[in-house]
Amino acid sequence: MNLAITLATARRILTQLRHDHRTVALMALVPTLVIILLYYVIDDQRSFGAWAPILLCVFPFLVMFLVTSIATLRERTSGTLERLMATPLGKLDLLLGYGIAFGLMACAQVAIALAVSLTWLGFDLAGPLWSLVVIALLNALLGTALGLFCSAFARSEFQAVQFMPVVMIPQLLLGGILVPRDQMATVLEWISNVLPMSYAIEGMKDVVIGGELGGEFWRDVAVVAGSALLALVLGAATLRRRTP
Amino acid sequence: MMNLSEPAIAVRDLRVERGGVEVLHGLTFEVPRGQVTGLLGPSGCGKTTLMRAIVGVQIVTGGEVAVLGRPAGDPSLRRMIGYSTQNPAVYRDLSVVENLRYFAAVLNAPKSDVDRVIEEVGLSSVAGQLGGTLSGGQLNRASLAVALLGCPELVVLDEPTVGLDPVLRQELWRLFQSLADRGVTLIVSSHVMDEAARCQRLIVMREGEILADDTPHELREHTRTTDLEEAFLRLIEERTAA
Repeated sequence: MNLAITLATARRILTQLRHDHRTVALMALVPTLVIILLYYVIDDQRSFGAWAPILLCVFPFLVMFLVTSIATLRERTSGTLERLMATPLGKLDLLLGYGIAFGLMACAQVAIALAVSLTWLGFDLAGPLWSLVVIALLNALLGTALGLFCSAFARSEFQAVQFMPVVMIPQLLLGGILVPRDQMATVLEWISNVLPMSYAIEGMKDVVIGGELGGEFWRDVAVVAGSALLALVLGAATLRRRTP
Repeated sequence: MMNLSEPAIAVRDLRVERGGVEVLHGLTFEVPRGQVTGLLGPSGCGKTTLMRAIVGVQIVTGGEVAVLGRPAGDPSLRRMIGYSTQNPAVYRDLSVVENLRYFAAVLNAPKSDVDRVIEEVGLSSVAGQLGGTLSGGQLNRASLAVALLGCPELVVLDEPTVGLDPVLRQELWRLFQSLADRGVTLIVSSHVMDEAARCQRLIVMREGEILADDTPHELREHTRTTDLEEAFLRLIEERTAA
């Protein structure tokens, strides 16, 4: 690991994004637009208050997962990964470079969505603002790390995109959004207990509705952070200096 | 320090399998320092696999590869080897300069290196252009430029002159020679026989085996022909007769 190389990698990825205006615009604006759409569809301040945090939770994860899995797949197929693996660059330098670059993008994404929600849409936040940002950022990191990991199992962009529903939908169904987790069948609740998104959603609810950041909030933060770390290590394990 | 008497690369009984099929059948050879060594042979003969084994990115089944006195793939070698793959490994969504700045940072090469290598491969006029807008030959040269960053002791180039016009090709071969004159060891693969004459040493491959390992002059003497294409055919005849 080398800080200068990590930062150079993050800068390189941001420069790549800078050349791609459309992707930046989509990343920055789509979550906000969907939240606005949701506001008018629900047309009820209280239900909106319950749904908005879930979107703030899901979007950074979803977008970062997709962008990272495609970006790393491109590195693998274009030969730049092989070239980098023949240089002093460490595996973590690459992973953290992606984490930092896309983490910054996630910050911008959440900032815009939050600003619009809190002002125009009259969204009510019981807890402190920073705690929501922490959860959203951790989600973005988790998405980045899982995207890196999953891209190792995709041979093409088609396959990589298909991993998104595989990773995403079970976590949403079992995350306690549609049915509270303690009302699920026992087996499903067990599965729900090991999926990181369940904790992210719970933490987000604590911030928005409860307003009190007790031990449970910090447990949720720790679980999501730990999962992101684990996914990063797994992602690093899929990067090989030598290939067949 | 550099020991000139020691070969840059020593390969002993190298065997590589890809997809369950053996593609290199126990190669043994040495590459002297400070020379341009040409790796010749038809497409699919194992040139790229051999180069990958030398750079240390190929999983090998057996044998030994020593590069600059160390086992291939040793972490200390990563700063000393410049490697350019057959498909240009540069970011299409970055400009030539941005690509080189990034790889220079990874290699901890001085910033001035970026301008130097752009000049060396003759890309100054398109340095600000995105990779995706370059022609195939320009992209190839951008990839070659990355391999020249940070003054490597060994430069491994896989088909660096494909698709280039003759003038550019000549300029690149002059560049390779000037690097060799400075003490850099170069391995350049090609499937074009007319490039062989520009190397000091030739390794001729076919179907995962080495047909010949000689100077171009000796090779011509041995096969009694002045044409290297013809020499290649004679070598194959010799093999099948034996």
